[in-house]
Amino acid sequence: MPDNYDVPYMERTRDYYRAQGYSSDYVWASFDDCPFTPLDKPLNQCRVAVVTTAMPDTEEGRSKRQVYLNNVDPVPDSMYTRELSWHQAVTHTDDVASFLPLQQLTALQAEGVIGSLAPHFYSVPTEYSQRNTTQQDAPEILAACQKDEVDMCILVPL
Amino acid sequence: MGSAIDIIEHCRVPRYLHADLPLGNPCGVPFDRPMQMQFARRALDLIANATAPETVTRNPETWPGDNSWRDDYARVDDSNRAELMARGEARRKQQADAKNAGIKRAQMISD
Repeated sequence: MPDNYDVPYMERTRDYYRAQGYSSDYVWASFDDCPFTPLDKPLNQCRVAVVTTAMPDTEEGRSKRQVYLNNVDPVPDSMYTRELSWHQAVTHTDDVASFLPLQQLTALQAEGVIGSLAPHFYSVPTEYSQRNTTQQDAPEILAACQKDEVDMCILVPL
Repeated sequence: MGSAIDIIEHCRVPRYLHADLPLGNPCGVPFDRPMQMQFARRALDLIANATAPETVTRNPETWPGDNSWRDDYARVDDSNRAELMARGEARRKQQADAKNAGIKRAQMISD
């Protein structure tokens, strides 16, 4: 196997949970169609938003998993990531900019690369139930994007 | 932006910027500000310039240090099978307790 192979996360996850005694494999979401809309105005006129699966690092965020509309100003010093599946033996999530590009987008707004950063970034909980995500959380995120007049959204699952 | 390219391609998304890094840092290595800015610029370029769905761009940067993290993630072998089974039993109990308590969104129990 080449040194820099792509880790087969689906296979690893299946084997890992089978080793824990689970008999039913998780079924990842997959769609028959893939939507695509070309950008219809210059990037420097666009409002950009970010969606993360990290929850706010607050008492409520740590205890209640739901959609949150978080202020981008100030950029948070931390997010609650403990319940998410990242590689804890090798890295950390102490640097918010490593998984939530708000600091970067703020700088790119100042450079004039993008028009603006949306006033909110959105937390969406990871879910075993795809129905919860597609029928409850996604519409709520969409409504928030429309209210914030967002032109494009960067999804950064963690 | 992400790091699990197999999951993303299975799902099928309009555009995807891949970070060849351990899960947890899809926007760049922690505290590596130049890398993080580069990733963000590429993400925006991808949004602006992609012309078809399922367009994938790979960041060329890799994790500093050796590649052992690739073999390590969710590794299952004889050294940890018993521990994993015990962990699974504890997890199932926790999930059953949550269900009995009427908690509709179960805690995502991270390993």
